[in-house]
Amino acid sequence: MAEQELKASKDIWVFAEQKNGRLAGVVYELLEPGRRLAARLGGKLAAVLFGCGVARTAEELLSRGVDVVYKVDAPPLAHYNSWLYPRLLEKLVREEAVPPHSILIGATYAGMDLAPAVAARLGAGCSAHCVRLDLDEQGNLLQNVPGFGGAVMATIVTPYVRPQIATVRPGVFPAPDFAPADKRGEVKEFAFTFPGAAPVRVLSVKQEEYTGVPLEKAEVVVAGGAGVGSREGWAKIEELASLLGAAVGATRPAVDAGWAKEAQMIGQSGKTVRPRLYIGIGISGDIQHIVGIQDAQKIVAINANPRAPIFKMADYGIVADYQEMAPLLCAAVAQAKNTQTNK
Amino acid sequence: MKPLHCIVCVKPVPDFSAHAVEFDRQTKTVRRENVPTIINPLDKNALEAALRLKESYGGKVTALAMAPPFAEDILREVLAYGADEAVLLSDRVFAGSDTLATSYVLAQGVKKIGAFDLILAGAASADGGTAQVGPQLAEHLGIPHVSFVTSLTRATEDTLELTAKTEEGTVLLELSLPALITVSREINEPRTLALFGIVAAAAKPLRIFGAADLEVDPARAGERGSPTRIAGVFEVSLARKGEILPAAPETAAFLAQKFKEWGVL
Ligand SMILES: Cc1cc2nc3c(=O)[nH]c(=O)nc-3n(C[C@H](O)[C@H](O)[C@H](O)COP(=O)(O)OP(=O)(O)OC[C@H]3O[C@@H](n4cnc5c(N)ncnc54)[C@H](O)[C@@H]3O)c2cc1C
Ligand SMILES: Nc1ncnc2c1ncn2[C@@H]1O[C@H](COP(=O)(O)O)[C@@H](O)[C@H]1O
Repeated sequence: MAEQELKASKDIWVFAEQKNGRLAGVVYELLEPGRRLAARLGGKLAAVLFGCGVARTAEELLSRGVDVVYKVDAPPLAHYNSWLYPRLLEKLVREEAVPPHSILIGATYAGMDLAPAVAARLGAGCSAHCVRLDLDEQGNLLQNVPGFGGAVMATIVTPYVRPQIATVRPGVFPAPDFAPADKRGEVKEFAFTFPGAAPVRVLSVKQEEYTGVPLEKAEVVVAGGAGVGSREGWAKIEELASLLGAAVGATRPAVDAGWAKEAQMIGQSGKTVRPRLYIGIGISGDIQHIVGIQDAQKIVAINANPRAPIFKMADYGIVADYQEMAPLLCAAVAQAKNTQTNK
Repeated sequence: MKPLHCIVCVKPVPDFSAHAVEFDRQTKTVRRENVPTIINPLDKNALEAALRLKESYGGKVTALAMAPPFAEDILREVLAYGADEAVLLSDRVFAGSDTLATSYVLAQGVKKIGAFDLILAGAASADGGTAQVGPQLAEHLGIPHVSFVTSLTRATEDTLELTAKTEEGTVLLELSLPALITVSREINEPRTLALFGIVAAAAKPLRIFGAADLEVDPARAGERGSPTRIAGVFEVSLARKGEILPAAPETAAFLAQKFKEWGVL
């Protein structure tokens, strides 16, 4: 592909995924690398916003310091549509005199679908689930992605094709603090003109109720694995979590057993958490789970098997049957909280 | 309703659930020798979904893989599960393909196979895990697709009703055929291998095609056709202090004290 001519602007585009006008959490996180890369390149930070009735959402993006919002507002775009969105994004890229340097897309279910589809339409490269983004001397985007479940990290470059497209794992980049911009960006509105009926149609959207503390934002996460053994045991995990004001996380076997919801799964195919404290109970420490907790400031593990791999990755490990240890820990935490309030 | 021809994309992957990933610091690659090759776990769900459609409506299931010649064994296994035919795309020219080049070669394979109603792929592979090949294959073929499908019913002769995953729950969609879907684990419980299946598989057709058989543009396949490059691979060390504490009330008290120090209590 070396023969291809390399023409691109210095602009970074961020896909501003929204649901009912509310931006997905990862969009705020994308603004950090987006702003940093655009500044280093000397280009603009743009947001691509598709939706229905999203004028307010565009305003919010501007207030977050985005230079340009490319907006398409139409009823068929209310929800992510795997036929319409890739075609629209392709059109926006092609309507520019030169394509953007890079497009950053959150690795949400919608983003993981949109990014490869639009990349294929453009014949562009696409990296998956980036955890670090940087630039090399030639101005290529260095895209660090986990491989083999997270055991290794690979650096991907796309030297000969623009735009460079990357999906970014939610929960990896911290959302920048809200800083009102001194200079105001602009909204560029595009009409939705689409021939014919889409062969993919959204009929309805079902929200699952999950009432606990959201994992992504939790300061403390208490997670349970297969070693918890039963629904009664799981109640002990939840009790400890509630004492600590923690979110409850799970490994895949714990989700499969029905003790926890899919939305509580941490790891390669689940969520990334970055709490101040993570407590793993009855979890062996398989790489597919550990990749989701590596950014935790402190890791404490309780496991009955002294050779469990999680002990090597923990700050403190307790070799114990959790049925014995969890109540002790609950008691100690309760007592510590009491002495605190008595002071 | 008319019978359906389903094509299932099957990726042979190293089985790292039984063997820990070992990194060779000299060559900066993951050691693959002595690691057995298996059917990518989610592709078994894709195969199961296709077999169930065939059981309900009749038709045919064709398995499709792009891989080195040793993958024949994996395709025999797929035939043993109940697929009717298998196609292996194998050529030196395909080596080093990224997802764009892989999906292009697979698209040429699909064109060679001919008319179809539905292509099924896993949502993601266990080794690459990009979740990109499915949507890209659909784009190369110009057909609609839905990713992360958790359930599927045939609504009419030419449409499927699907649920697919979102962060908050699920979305209900209608999809016109011919189309492609990528499946999530929740869609079904794959069947186990039966002895008669293994016997029957030996007699089923397994065709192997190279670049010349497929009208593959060599500039779009393999490393040449891959816009992305791997500039480096490095090992990730997740090791921490790993201080071991005994199972005792003192440990609980010690940790509660630490929690205070760490500002979480
Ligand atoms: C492609 C792919 C993607 C995956 N994605 C994910 C993912 O995102 N997240 C994820 O979690 N997994 C994922 N997995 C699964 C992953 O490989 C592991 O199987 C899983 O993380 C193991 O979960 P576990 O530690 O709960 O169970 P196990 O490995 O079975 O460990 C249970 C542990 O509990 C301990 N134990 C038993 N009894 C007690 C007791 N009474 N007290 C204390 N300890 C006890 C045991 O010693 C053991 O170490 C994925 C797998 C694949 C192939
Ligand atoms: N080389 C391949 N041959 C056949 N199918 C593949 C191949 N690579 C990927 N796939 C399909 O695409 C899915 C997603 O793979 P990936 O994009 O690597 O995560 C897999 O589950 C397979 O169904």
